[in-house]
Amino acid sequence: MTFLVPLLVLVPLLGAAVALGLLRHQRIQRAITVAVLVIALAVAATLMVLVDHHGTIVVQVGGWDAPYGISLVVDRLSALLLTVSASVLLIVLLFSIGQGLAADDGEAPVTIFYPTYLVLAAGVLDSFIAGDLFNLYVAFEMLLVASYVLITLGGSEQRVRAGTTYIVTSLIASAIFLSAIGLVYGATGTVNIAQISERMAALPDHVQLLIHTMLLIGFGIKAAVFPLAFWLPDSYPTAPAPVTAVFAGLLTKVGIYAIIRLETIMFPRPQLNTVLLVVAALTMIVGVLGAVSQTDVKRLLSFTLISHIGFMVMGVGLGSVVGTAAAVFYTVHHIVVQTTLFLVSGLMERVGGTTSTRSLGGLLKAAPFLAALYLIPAFNLGGIPPFSGFIGKLGLFRAAAIDGSPLAYMTIAAGVVTSLLTLYALMRVWDAAFWRPKPAAEAAAPHVAVAEPHESLRAPEPAPVTRSEADGSVLSGGSVTVTDPVTGSMQHVSGRTRLPRMLVGVTTVAVLGSVALTVVAGPLYGYATRAAESLESPQQYVEAVLGARP
Amino acid sequence: MTITLVLVIAMAVLFACGVYLLLERSLTRMLLGFLLVGNALNLLLLVMSGAAGNPPIGKSSDGITDPLPQAFALTAIVITFAVSAFLLALIHRSWTLSRADEVEVDEADVAIRHERDAPAEDDPETDTDPEADTDHERHHEDQTQDEAHR
Repeated sequence: MTFLVPLLVLVPLLGAAVALGLLRHQRIQRAITVAVLVIALAVAATLMVLVDHHGTIVVQVGGWDAPYGISLVVDRLSALLLTVSASVLLIVLLFSIGQGLAADDGEAPVTIFYPTYLVLAAGVLDSFIAGDLFNLYVAFEMLLVASYVLITLGGSEQRVRAGTTYIVTSLIASAIFLSAIGLVYGATGTVNIAQISERMAALPDHVQLLIHTMLLIGFGIKAAVFPLAFWLPDSYPTAPAPVTAVFAGLLTKVGIYAIIRLETIMFPRPQLNTVLLVVAALTMIVGVLGAVSQTDVKRLLSFTLISHIGFMVMGVGLGSVVGTAAAVFYTVHHIVVQTTLFLVSGLMERVGGTTSTRSLGGLLKAAPFLAALYLIPAFNLGGIPPFSGFIGKLGLFRAAAIDGSPLAYMTIAAGVVTSLLTLYALMRVWDAAFWRPKPAAEAAAPHVAVAEPHESLRAPEPAPVTRSEADGSVLSGGSVTVTDPVTGSMQHVSGRTRLPRMLVGVTTVAVLGSVALTVVAGPLYGYATRAAESLESPQQYVEAVLGARP
Repeated sequence: MTITLVLVIAMAVLFACGVYLLLERSLTRMLLGFLLVGNALNLLLLVMSGAAGNPPIGKSSDGITDPLPQAFALTAIVITFAVSAFLLALIHRSWTLSRADEVEVDEADVAIRHERDAPAEDDPETDTDPEADTDHERHHEDQTQDEAHR
């Protein structure tokens, strides 16, 4: 069954090429994109079952054996993340189709959405199966270049500004990662992760520390860990809702995945675990304090994203099987829930015309079903008992308590405070957007959304196609209405907003998926534990890739 | 392993200049900085191809340069090329939109800063109260000083 593994990268890339050739045929383009991601999901799910039964699958590309050729490795951690990512990619794609990102007016920026999205998918999936560091770097570059295009989609002034922050930060992260690869090659003479794992222990301590730190910084920027997370809330919220959703769900988690690999396979010794725990606690607290002070739903969610990255880093930093297992489970939970919340915020923007908690209001009456869609993932992220967020946090806190050091208890405290404050921040949004009646200024003139000073620049944008037009109206007049040819007209003519069925349907599926994590929590946690067990004994990984040594 | 000092110095200079330029606000300078850092990285990869480890094909490294880092450098060059093309397009877009070459401060950050600096509109009492208190105290002090005079 080894032929399945390269398909994960090949099919999306070929699909992207075909879709790029069919720029004028939106429907075929759409169908191809959906088909490709369905195939990727099927392959990933098959691999997840196969790996669990038969152990790690290794493909030596081109028949060159491990140290010389390129190896693709799928172990339990990879297979699990592949499956979750493929399903999230598919859900978000359906959402963006529903949102009319590809409105049929032949505008150039939008026709490239699908090919770019497929390249992003190929990059994400490739980074999970990469068996050597350089291949991981190439996968990162693939998904990053695609994300540069997606974050500046439509090329409005606002997006170019926000995109620049993101692009320059990512470039620096890549540069650090590449120089670390150079150093690794100089020190060990290989870039194969399994071989690095064998040879790293023989190096002097300071060389190990240097390489370890550089790789950690490179991955830390991608994962948005505390001192390196400043770029995220500035850049993510300006992108279209589905793009933000997929970025929030997957791109930071690719960084987390790389950190897990780094700490378990390449550097199994607890060299920087103390640093990781401190950073984890700081990430949680600083991130959530940022979230509490925000008045814009998307920015608020971006800050909660940062703070919850801390939980995963905490699990990795404990350096035990239980800790890693909890981190893996939490990663899966967080991918699904954070994506869902961003999709819901996209819907809120559609109904309310803005994402500012100042001018939102009365959504409970306007869209009662949306309220339920918001509340469930919000409780989930905050860690209310029946949901997977609670299970993940419980697992992490137990792992820390088993560890028993004062630092571990300190991170538990930070985690508890963070969960509470997350819940507070999300409930504040609930209060402002759903529970209270619409603010008086807007109730008087419901057809005109009054622009706040900074809100005028952050104008609501249901479809990026019309973004430049919307900007034009912002510049000319003080108050703004959304002028979207597809949905905007109906949005403001009828007082009660109707959401497109497909968007609500897709978001409901996402919410149900996040709830389903609770239902399958037992088997899933078992899978995560088995993944962590094989991660914490790197010998297994090495033998699978390089073959058994006498 | 033996390393050419010249290469190392050139790499260090390129890194330093590149990082300096990347920290600028002007987009064009960022692009130049990125190009310099990219070249510094290629040099680093070449420097690292010294005599560490045997080459992947063949048994010894006598008289043969290790081809693998060169393949890395080649890939890195291609990636740098693609990204700089994208950056150029971005700079062009920014220029046509706003005639600006600079990255501006995020509006939401500016708005939050304004709120922090001038919260008076929301809640006038908290702002005026302390001043009133100090006025009273000053008055009081004046009185006591007057009394002391007498």
